[in-house]
Amino acid sequence: MIRTLLNTLYVQTQGSYLRLDHETVIVEYEGEKVLQVPLHHIGTIVVFGNVLISPYLLGKCITQGIAVIWYDAYGRFLARAVGRTSGNVLLRRAQHHVLTDEKRVMQIASRFVAGKLRNSRTVLQRAIRDYPERRPSLEKAVKQLDQSIREVDKQATLNELRGLEGYASSVYFEAFTSLLRTDDDFFAFELRSRRPPRDPINACLSFAYSILTQDCISALEGVGLDPQIGYLHTLRPGRPALALDLIEEFRPYLADRFVLTLINRKQLSKSDFDMRPGGAVLLNEKGRRTFLASYQKRKQEEIQHPIINQRVPLGLLPHVHARLLARYLRGDIEHYVPFIMR
Amino acid sequence: MDILVTYDVETQETSGQKRLRQVATICQNFGQRVQKSVFECRVTQSQLEEMVHQLLRVIDKERDSLRIYMLYGDRNRVVRVYGRDDYIDYDHPIIV
Repeated sequence: MIRTLLNTLYVQTQGSYLRLDHETVIVEYEGEKVLQVPLHHIGTIVVFGNVLISPYLLGKCITQGIAVIWYDAYGRFLARAVGRTSGNVLLRRAQHHVLTDEKRVMQIASRFVAGKLRNSRTVLQRAIRDYPERRPSLEKAVKQLDQSIREVDKQATLNELRGLEGYASSVYFEAFTSLLRTDDDFFAFELRSRRPPRDPINACLSFAYSILTQDCISALEGVGLDPQIGYLHTLRPGRPALALDLIEEFRPYLADRFVLTLINRKQLSKSDFDMRPGGAVLLNEKGRRTFLASYQKRKQEEIQHPIINQRVPLGLLPHVHARLLARYLRGDIEHYVPFIMR
Repeated sequence: MDILVTYDVETQETSGQKRLRQVATICQNFGQRVQKSVFECRVTQSQLEEMVHQLLRVIDKERDSLRIYMLYGDRNRVVRVYGRDDYIDYDHPIIV
């Protein structure tokens, strides 16, 4: 793995203008230069809402393989710019080919689910150590997850597998509530709600998943896989099914635990959220700033990777596993091995 | 790796002023200005070679001087800064 973790430039100051100056990007606000960064430091540019990018900068990013991603002012994903299709056509053909082989689809889809469930269980198990008083309810959930993990390989069809995942997920989120260390009613969390998120925790989870999905898409594209051809998730126009497959094993570790820490350390407060008509709750500009700063820091934390036996920054985990996925799809290795946290 | 680039460009003639601007642009492309003709850059080996190559094409070796110092070790340990400091660590979150 010779890839280095490049930084992400987040621009969310409304009315900013990004332009190219030789090999650097300049961020301007109200006609003043706020920042100038050489492009070689940057792997991704993420902009929120009313932020303009000059056509020259956009063109440069696309030819240099710098991902450009747009979110609306509330942090909902809008679009990403992708250059010419590149990468290995033979690899993509292998990727399609697996889709026609039901046995292999099941084999790989079940690895994603297994990875997710095992990591979910670990999140709860760690919590048992940290909060002994919550032990009884958490232990019950861990047992149920244990049971589900054993059943992953017994599922005969994709729909059964998806059902099992859904059940385990509801068990997990029920227990997740008790991991929150806050007496503030504002941060009460009942159950996972999406489209729209209905409370601050759900707003954070949704935002974290959305960012992580973009990271997974970039990672897959980086190794030449088509992010839309997935196995566990049904194919649908515009849906990055393979990225959604890949993200499953990372959710508990890279998103859920991260959100938990943010809330439990009281890094976010009421003023970081906007209540939208219809009951939707979303992070606002201030909240996103705090969120992204910690997220970016966390991406640089290193762990000893259990499979490749190397120190890897957390931000590169999707890249490592995209590569393992490619090796599996090409038939170099017999099984895809999901990321399992310690 | 972190490197420190400093230069003196003879600017008596207009051709010198042009060289000065070109040298500054190249340095800007690879790093950031920390003093008037001093740049700190975080580059890979190949980026460093590319930068040196571009600089050598521009400078007039008879009149100008270019120095590149390799900073081995963590920048926080090997650089002491006093007074004004506008250095931005691009490994830290960049959120505008």
